[in-house]
Amino acid sequence: MKKIWIIAVRELKTFFDSLTAYVLIIAFLGLSGFFTWLFGSDIFLMGQATLQPFFSVAYWTLFFFTPALTMRMLAEENKTGTIELLLTKAVTDWQVILGKFFACLMLIGIALALTLPYYISVWALGPIDHGSVWCGYLGLILMSMTYISIGLFTSSVTNNQIVAFLLSLFIGVFFLIIFNVMSSNFTGQIGEIFSYLSLSSHFDSISRGVIDSKDVIFFLSVSIFGLILAELSLSKRNIVD
Amino acid sequence: MNIVVENLTKKYGMQKAVDDISFHANTGEILGFLGPNGAGKTTTMKIISCFMAPTSGDVKVNGRSILSNNEEIKKKIGYLPENNPLYYDMPVMEYLAFAGELQGIGKDKLHGKITAMIHTCGLNEEKHKKIGELSKGFRQRVGLAQALIHDPEILILDEPTSGLDPNQITEIRKLIRQIGKEKTVILSTHILPEVEATCDRILIINNGKIVADGTPGTLRKQSHGNEVLQVQIADAGNMDEVISTLQAIETIQMVDPLPGSADTFILQSEPGATSRRAVFNLCVQKKWVLTEMKPVETKLEDIFRELTKD
Repeated sequence: MKKIWIIAVRELKTFFDSLTAYVLIIAFLGLSGFFTWLFGSDIFLMGQATLQPFFSVAYWTLFFFTPALTMRMLAEENKTGTIELLLTKAVTDWQVILGKFFACLMLIGIALALTLPYYISVWALGPIDHGSVWCGYLGLILMSMTYISIGLFTSSVTNNQIVAFLLSLFIGVFFLIIFNVMSSNFTGQIGEIFSYLSLSSHFDSISRGVIDSKDVIFFLSVSIFGLILAELSLSKRNIVD
Repeated sequence: MNIVVENLTKKYGMQKAVDDISFHANTGEILGFLGPNGAGKTTTMKIISCFMAPTSGDVKVNGRSILSNNEEIKKKIGYLPENNPLYYDMPVMEYLAFAGELQGIGKDKLHGKITAMIHTCGLNEEKHKKIGELSKGFRQRVGLAQALIHDPEILILDEPTSGLDPNQITEIRKLIRQIGKEKTVILSTHILPEVEATCDRILIINNGKIVADGTPGTLRKQSHGNEVLQVQIADAGNMDEVISTLQAIETIQMVDPLPGSADTFILQSEPGATSRRAVFNLCVQKKWVLTEMKPVETKLEDIFRELTKD
């Protein structure tokens, strides 16, 4: 556990040292603030004290930003060879993967925490459903976990960051849109499977304030599956045949 | 800590990078890996340092296999990979702290270790800079410092002096020699004088196989058993006469004039025999002035070339 923490802290520091963190946070706050307060179906247009507009913007911005965070994680280490240095220290492959996972999650957590003023402002404007706000945040965090683990996997299979980025967007699009479309095209059991795999339906129900174990299990299982794939791809150098 | 490598083989696809090699290294020994590019040096080192598993065979550190005791053995190894990869956007001190913590150094001892390493590797003036801002030589020192920070009992260095200037090379060699007194050091290089200067034992690898194993001295003996002398004789007059007279000495097998010189000769003795005394006596007898007589050592380069040519 301690090793995971050491790796996570180092990665987080690197985000801030390399300005990635600042760019991401500013772009995230700027975009989500713009669409929440100023443009489109913003809070004033809806005329309700709700953070729903923010959640639907963040739903998209995180989809693009998370792969931008994770693409570097293993691809760069593979390319520069630092992975060799890291893995010959007294750490396991899992500790490396989880360390990097938590570093990304912490950074997204920081970005989300900085949107709390939105929450406070809306609260000051009118009666707000606190439950649904916290559920919305929980939904965003669960969704980020899914994207991070997909991103770590794609970053582990290549040493080119751009390839890792595009590949994780590609996989992400399936969960975000394609499974949803397929679920309406198919009927019966196949349709149900696609509907279950679609990320949007799970996110919608959570951000509306309904925490169903089915949704939480979905996000967690996709995350764990992604991490397992990342670990397998990292440890394939060790396979004795 | 002794390392025993048993029938190690590593295949990349169909190609065998390391082909059934076995050797051992003992405490207090500096073992030099020598070989042309692509001979399998780096692959062997990657396997010993627990970065990747061999296709077959095993490495035992103090009798424990790296395949099953990976975690525990990694703590005892300090490793400097080829091309010295480092996190360029981290400051030196922070990076050393990171490396130390990962190797399990406690918070209380960490600071002391880092200070000591910075002192040993001469990084004092650069310690607050980012690694990416350092020159190649200083990066190499950071690489060494991170390998040594947890005081490992085994040190594996893949081309430790590449990219350093002559002064730094001498310093690093001195450092390695000093460390090698009580630890097991394996280093690879293709710089031949380096092996002679630092290593107690040499392994020459070619095409994934060990082609020679021994001290620089024994390797020389193996490749050329005969004594070779270079002799310069002044005021001797006719060169052909000198050659035929020298040839007449019983222990001398062959006499050649040194190309480009009128009075210098290369004498090869019969196997196991020495002819220095006889040459001297002959010169005295003939009243020739012997201005130079020195043994010609077979260069390690020649041995290397002989063993690794295909």
